[in-house]
Amino acid sequence: MQRLKKFGRNIYDNRIWLLMILPGFVWLIVMKYLPMVGQVMAFKDFRFHPDGFFASVYHSEWVGLDNFKFLFSTNDAYLITRNTVLYNLVFIILGLILAVGVAIILSELTKQKLAKIYQTGMLFPHFLSWVVVSYFVFAFLSVDRGLFNSVLEMFNIEPVSWYNESAYWPYFLIAISQWKGVGFGSIVYLAAIVGIDRTYYEAAMIDGATKWQQIWRITIPMIMPLIIILTILNIGSIFSADFGLFYQVPRDSGPLYSVTNVIDTYVYRGLMSMGDIGMSTAAGLYQATVGFLLILLTNYIVRKIDKDSALF
Amino acid sequence: MDTLPKSAASTKRKRFLPLRKKKKFNPYGFSGKTSVVMHILLGSFAFLCVFPFIYVIIISLSSEQSLSLHGYRIIPEEWSLEAYMYLWQVRSQIFRAYGVTLFVTIVGTILSVSVIALYAYAISRKQFLYRKQFTFIAFFTMLFSGGMVPFYIVMTQFLGLKNSIWALILPMTVNAFYIIIMRTFFQRSVPEAVLESARIDGAGEFRIFLKIVLPLSIPGIATIALFNTLAYWNDWFNALLFIDNPSLVPLQSLLMRIENNLDFIRQNAMLSSQNGSILASIPQDSARMAMVVIATLPIALSYPFFQKYFVRGLTIGSVKE
Repeated sequence: MQRLKKFGRNIYDNRIWLLMILPGFVWLIVMKYLPMVGQVMAFKDFRFHPDGFFASVYHSEWVGLDNFKFLFSTNDAYLITRNTVLYNLVFIILGLILAVGVAIILSELTKQKLAKIYQTGMLFPHFLSWVVVSYFVFAFLSVDRGLFNSVLEMFNIEPVSWYNESAYWPYFLIAISQWKGVGFGSIVYLAAIVGIDRTYYEAAMIDGATKWQQIWRITIPMIMPLIIILTILNIGSIFSADFGLFYQVPRDSGPLYSVTNVIDTYVYRGLMSMGDIGMSTAAGLYQATVGFLLILLTNYIVRKIDKDSALF
Repeated sequence: MDTLPKSAASTKRKRFLPLRKKKKFNPYGFSGKTSVVMHILLGSFAFLCVFPFIYVIIISLSSEQSLSLHGYRIIPEEWSLEAYMYLWQVRSQIFRAYGVTLFVTIVGTILSVSVIALYAYAISRKQFLYRKQFTFIAFFTMLFSGGMVPFYIVMTQFLGLKNSIWALILPMTVNAFYIIIMRTFFQRSVPEAVLESARIDGAGEFRIFLKIVLPLSIPGIATIALFNTLAYWNDWFNALLFIDNPSLVPLQSLLMRIENNLDFIRQNAMLSSQNGSILASIPQDSARMAMVVIATLPIALSYPFFQKYFVRGLTIGSVKE
């Protein structure tokens, strides 16, 4: 009783803050936590019920792990996991190298006005939607009118039906993702590099260090904590792919599915075209759980090595 | 007598100072050859980033006939405005989509910034007893998600938002990451002492928030607003999931629907009187590229102005406390 009274008092004392929290809190509960509860549909045979969401979830029959068994019995589960993880690994590693590299170069250019212009250009793709990017890509890859085939034609090489040839697409997708992301990725690193105390470099130069040595011995160690934090975040989302890149850019082309189907597109197609809610939910839960475990694991490892660099 | 040694001392001091101009960040950058190579490397990549947009503009300005004869040329055989003239004739659907996008972007951004700022401010203040718990509630959504299917069912079944304009606004209102960024920003840029003196003067917390905290936090708020504006302007995914009604289709989604043919744009246009002449010569390819230009131009034009704030904003708050 005493406790309850104290709790009530605390609530009353904090009423102003709780009121500020309220809209965001309601949103988080409905849009984020309710779907988490909805994940139980992965263990049910989902049936729509006229009484709404809770009735649908409640009245659907338990089927245990059947949805998962069905998902993993097909070749799809392996394919989408492989695609998602491999693409993301390449994106993380290549993205890190390119973003840090571009940031270092930008910071070392003596003509800062030109550096600003380069940065403006490189950042541009980040502001475009994937739909627009897919049109850009189409202008290059269109079978009868695209730039690539025109160039091939100039050299008397047979035109390629790009949207039907899956062999090229891993390279295309990697290139497009980097094209869109490098400018953005380098901003944070550039800001960190600019923030490094210049006296380190002056001291290094007096000791006769070359530019290369300065970069390896000063710049990179100084931005290491940032690299680690951003990489943990990226590894945590290694199981979730960029839907627009894999759905929009290849124009949902069937022959390319073997290299463009990732967990997100699989879940979407399962929901919208097949209507297989149980299995799509199972795939989504699989994705969310593994991603969650991965982020805990990487954070744990980083914590062991260097406590200050850990995310939480 | 007195001035001479003084000036000699000053010239001497000058010589020992490092040769660097004020304000210039890096006087010791790459040397000669490396510098040239790096300029070429970055310059060409920067050009590559902008080139596709220029290319699409050129295609949209090519005549349909030269497109069908020679494909998408960098320098077309024949320039033409027919694509834009055609889009003008079927403008009703385009205007409609522009209206939807503008509404969603403006309302969405305002709503989003208000909700995020309030939440972030409360969890940034030490007086709030439950700040840790509510920080965690927001933070956890960054680690674990409910997945697309349950989200879809909550949106359509629980909230009944299929084919509603709110289906384009609500899914993107709150973002835990922005909450955390804003919290860090409030902690750093709003000193407790200022708030304390306002409290002593008898101002309520909401009043303090509106009159003191918000003006002090304009850079942070502007950044979140910018991020949100972009996200709403570029969103097509929610429209893909929730919108079938042609009058609620936003710009990006319209672009998606004309990917294979222009029928979608035409369905609302009134062409009855002249359909013979126009329908015979629809500039399919150039009109589609012209649509891309129309949808992207506002961003491309305003981008150089807000880029500065964008870059600054990105570096405002780090995730850690």
